[in-house]
Amino acid sequence: MSYDTITLVWFFLLGVLLTGYAILDGFDLGVGILHPFIAKTDRERRLVMNSIGPLWDGNEVWLVTFGGALFAAFPNAYATVFSSFYAAFHLLLTCLIGRAVSLEFRSKVHSPAWRRFWDAGFFLSSITAAALLGIAGGNVMGGMQVGPMFQYQGGLLDQLYWYPLLVGALTVSLFALHGAIYLFLKTEGELQQRVRSRILPLFYCFAFLYAAVTLATWIHVPHATETLSRHPWLWIVPVLNALAVLNIPRAMHLGKPGYAFFTSSMVIAALASLFSVAIFPNFVLSTIDPAYSVTLENARSSHQTLITMLWIAMIGMPCVASYTITIYWIFRGKVQLDSNSY
Amino acid sequence: MMDVELLSRLQFAGTIMFHYLFPPLSIGLGLQLFLCELAYVRTGHPAWESAARFWTRVFAVNFAMGVATGIVMEFEFGTNWAAYSRFVGDVFGSALAAEGIFAFFLESGFLAILVFGWDRVGPKMHLFSTLMVFLGSVFSAVWIVIANSWQQTPAGYHIVWQEIQGESVPRAEVTDFWAMVFNPSSVDRLTHTVIGALVLGAFFVASVCSFYLLKQRHEDVARRCLSIALPSALVFTLLAALTGHDSAQKLVETQPAKLAAMEAHFETTDQPTGLYLFGWPDAENETVHFGIRVPWLLSLMVYNDPGKPVPGMDQIPESDRPPVWLPFQMFHLMVGLGTMMIVAAGLACWLWYRKTYQNHRWLMWAIVLMPLAAMTANQAGWITAEVGRQPWIVHPSVQDGVEMMGLRTKDGLSESVTAEQVLSSIVLFAVIYSLLFAVWIFVLNGKIQHGPETMDELAKRKRDRAASRMSERIAHGGTGRGGGLMEDEAG
Repeated sequence: MSYDTITLVWFFLLGVLLTGYAILDGFDLGVGILHPFIAKTDRERRLVMNSIGPLWDGNEVWLVTFGGALFAAFPNAYATVFSSFYAAFHLLLTCLIGRAVSLEFRSKVHSPAWRRFWDAGFFLSSITAAALLGIAGGNVMGGMQVGPMFQYQGGLLDQLYWYPLLVGALTVSLFALHGAIYLFLKTEGELQQRVRSRILPLFYCFAFLYAAVTLATWIHVPHATETLSRHPWLWIVPVLNALAVLNIPRAMHLGKPGYAFFTSSMVIAALASLFSVAIFPNFVLSTIDPAYSVTLENARSSHQTLITMLWIAMIGMPCVASYTITIYWIFRGKVQLDSNSY
Repeated sequence: MMDVELLSRLQFAGTIMFHYLFPPLSIGLGLQLFLCELAYVRTGHPAWESAARFWTRVFAVNFAMGVATGIVMEFEFGTNWAAYSRFVGDVFGSALAAEGIFAFFLESGFLAILVFGWDRVGPKMHLFSTLMVFLGSVFSAVWIVIANSWQQTPAGYHIVWQEIQGESVPRAEVTDFWAMVFNPSSVDRLTHTVIGALVLGAFFVASVCSFYLLKQRHEDVARRCLSIALPSALVFTLLAALTGHDSAQKLVETQPAKLAAMEAHFETTDQPTGLYLFGWPDAENETVHFGIRVPWLLSLMVYNDPGKPVPGMDQIPESDRPPVWLPFQMFHLMVGLGTMMIVAAGLACWLWYRKTYQNHRWLMWAIVLMPLAAMTANQAGWITAEVGRQPWIVHPSVQDGVEMMGLRTKDGLSESVTAEQVLSSIVLFAVIYSLLFAVWIFVLNGKIQHGPETMDELAKRKRDRAASRMSERIAHGGTGRGGGLMEDEAG
């Protein structure tokens, strides 16, 4: 396989990892965002947390593996992106830690104050993590102040302008919607009815932000549409995406929540693909001088390492898929509390 | 004003040491848990089941901490050590990615069954899951220790000068993947690291169970677990000494500066080299205060030959010398604690065999405290290894007779990150980690004080479970399935 081909393959595989992460951790971040609004009693809160209990850890591994694969396949992109988002990523790490321990510790002590504390931690860390992921994505879409030798010259405040904030809001609403559909699948009775009543408002919220971000991208990120105009067949992605968005309320209306969940997963996949198409062939476009951009070509590892990594992925991914499916199968069905629950 | 290098090193040291409290316990406890469960599957005795369920609950709390603090590490290479990441990405990144694909998915997937699956899968499937989680945590150690070993004794690579925006920038690229994986120190360091974790796990179980015996609680379960934990503690502490000795012997060829620092060996002579049992090294005056030195011993330890002199720090160019005080003290602390653990485990096993262990309360209390020794020894070992590698972040090496450049720690930093940013993230981590540590101790203590379930509780649980399954079948699809019964019995 030629050097350029395998570079593209790795760009694609990173997209797969990012998509997998967004779909899987998306619903459990969403569950965290909805947690205080949907679950009223302690029992309901435990049901909501336990709906993702056995799964969130594995879901987060997709992010870790994405980070590792980016490090290995495109070290310059990893170094530039992670050091540019210094403050934002440390905040993201704080949130990921906060979520893990909130889930783990909340139900270990029978004290209302203790549980309220971790409930608040679970909500705040989930919503902030979702927003930060969106904000980071928005910044990468819009281009960043990368100077000579890939050195970032901005700071946290340069990253918090309107466009990334809008993308952050879109991410929060998307994950909340995705999480609500997931919760609908995992709950029953009164709790499920309450979840149901939130899905449509969340959908309108998401649809509005989706339209706003699409328009904003058109205006603010001209290079995003360049790839589309060079390869018109790629238009199929945004078109299918719009149809998929509309299919979510339809599927819920038809009483097919599983189909709705599949559809919202596809919406996430389509948005992740659009993101990849928009930034290609850069990882980070420099807003100072395009010559300073971090591109696929100047960020990649050696030919041999990309090939070795592909072997690792080809051996590893089927295993990953097999036990991911096994775990989801074992923990299928409505969530129940037992002595092993959180 | 503090500089970015010192702050970044402090941050990395602080976050990795905090992280390193948890994974070794996960690995070590994982094995003990597997052995308890194996005994349960083979004998079917409910006491073993009770033990396995109890260790699972302890394991879960610890594992969550390991995951939460571990993600930080992967991000930190990029956030704080961008130049390093660019230099080693081709090598180090592949090991890290392999860790993600081969280890983390395995661990996290089967962890779900291990923790939440007790009532969902059969005992054999559960045992298999425990084994997979244990193997996953070992694989994770494998890849990260390989990556770290490559920094210490790089192999299977060459330096390529890349043209970037008109400037030539060096980076390490893999030429031989397996030579990189099996670099000169990886096997020794890996076995020593994993065994250190197994020592901790064995002493942790022995500690909790000795505590129960001292307090006359859960005695049946405690005795059963001790019968596994004490012998394994003895075997693993002995193996730790053996693998540690191997590691140290290789140093004289691969990293003589580190060896000289560990032993505070400043001056090379043509006489056999002695070994300091303890002392207070003073690198500035190249001497050791208050030290006691056994003649010939270092020569014997390093070369198996009491007459052959060991090269000292004076053989190393001044700019390439690591600090001496810290590696010396940490190394001696580790060896001292290790010796103490061998003695304690040996004595406990002997008395256990004579069935008089419970008559020696002082020894039981000593075993209760032993996990602290094991944890400290693990940390001290890492400090020795990493501080002894300074001033290099990637050690220089010779490949096929060609000298390869290394990378100095000060050249590995993120160029765009300021001291204020690093300082604020240190403060952030300090606050979160202190809180986490307090909560972890609190919850862990709660679990240990609660202890394993009695046989009656276990039997009652099984009846309840069967009853709730029955009512579930009757009220098929009704509301509130399986709820209520165990409402307040979380974890």
